[in-house]
Amino acid sequence: MLTRLANPARFMRLSGAAMPWLGAAAAIVLALGLYLALLVAPPDYQQGESVRIMFVHVPAAWLALLVYLLVALASAVALVWRHPLAEIAAQQAAPLGAAFTLVCLVTGSLWGKPMWGTWWVWDARLTSVLVLFFLYLGYIALVNAFDDPGRGARAGSVLALVGVVNLPIIKFSVDWWNTLHQPASVFRMGGPTIAASMLVPLFVMALGYMLLFAVLLMLRMRAALNERKARALRLAVPERQAAAPPPRAASPVLR
Amino acid sequence: MSAVASWAAMGGYAAFVWPAYGVALAVLGGMTWQAWRRYRASLRELARLQAAPDRR
Repeated sequence: MLTRLANPARFMRLSGAAMPWLGAAAAIVLALGLYLALLVAPPDYQQGESVRIMFVHVPAAWLALLVYLLVALASAVALVWRHPLAEIAAQQAAPLGAAFTLVCLVTGSLWGKPMWGTWWVWDARLTSVLVLFFLYLGYIALVNAFDDPGRGARAGSVLALVGVVNLPIIKFSVDWWNTLHQPASVFRMGGPTIAASMLVPLFVMALGYMLLFAVLLMLRMRAALNERKARALRLAVPERQAAAPPPRAASPVLR
Repeated sequence: MSAVASWAAMGGYAAFVWPAYGVALAVLGGMTWQAWRRYRASLRELARLQAAPDRR
């Protein structure tokens, strides 16, 4: 399935067909999620209305981790099988992951001030998520730091794989170290400790974030493939004009 | 206080809840806008190159 999908031409066809539907689904689910989060979900008995920040904060944190995992997996595929589509997927997903991490950090800070009395503490959870943000930025900078895009992609892939060590640290930081951050309350042994009236809006928002990510990743990958094709066309033209060779099959880059 | 105003006050946490939603909306919306613009630009550039390849 994956190897069939992982052909640029087939990817363009399938993503072109899927994108409008995914986009519509993302808009509807996000609208429903906002409605549930702001109007239906009850205030928390301890945190009052400030708990509504959870519905934009927690899905952003989940996506920050999931997208990093995707970047790392795609990087591994790109390193091992040299697959160009995996490379493009990793590179186009990384800025989206950085954006989700930024949303997580800023909304977390806005939630921390009224609940903990501080915008920021250098504890394990907050610091490891900040490191995740810098890993994203470092990956993006490294990929673009070489004149040869192939070398940049390989260096970035290695960084992305090394950075995976940070994911379990983020996940288990609330168990391993003392922290102001609350422990896991959704994905934990023994089931969630959040009431269904809050869990449902949370999952709807998370689904909306995931759909939005899927649409934006497709859009960015399609744009990157178009840009790559345009670059190949631009390079091919002067070559043809200068040499004016006898007619032969189109050069490989033109295909 | 009207129902809408009391809802907007967020039980006294309006100064934290609304900026949080605002930041999320701004970043996710900005991401969407940027991706869409870039995609359209890539389509235009490709169409231009394919229509008149010799003029660059």
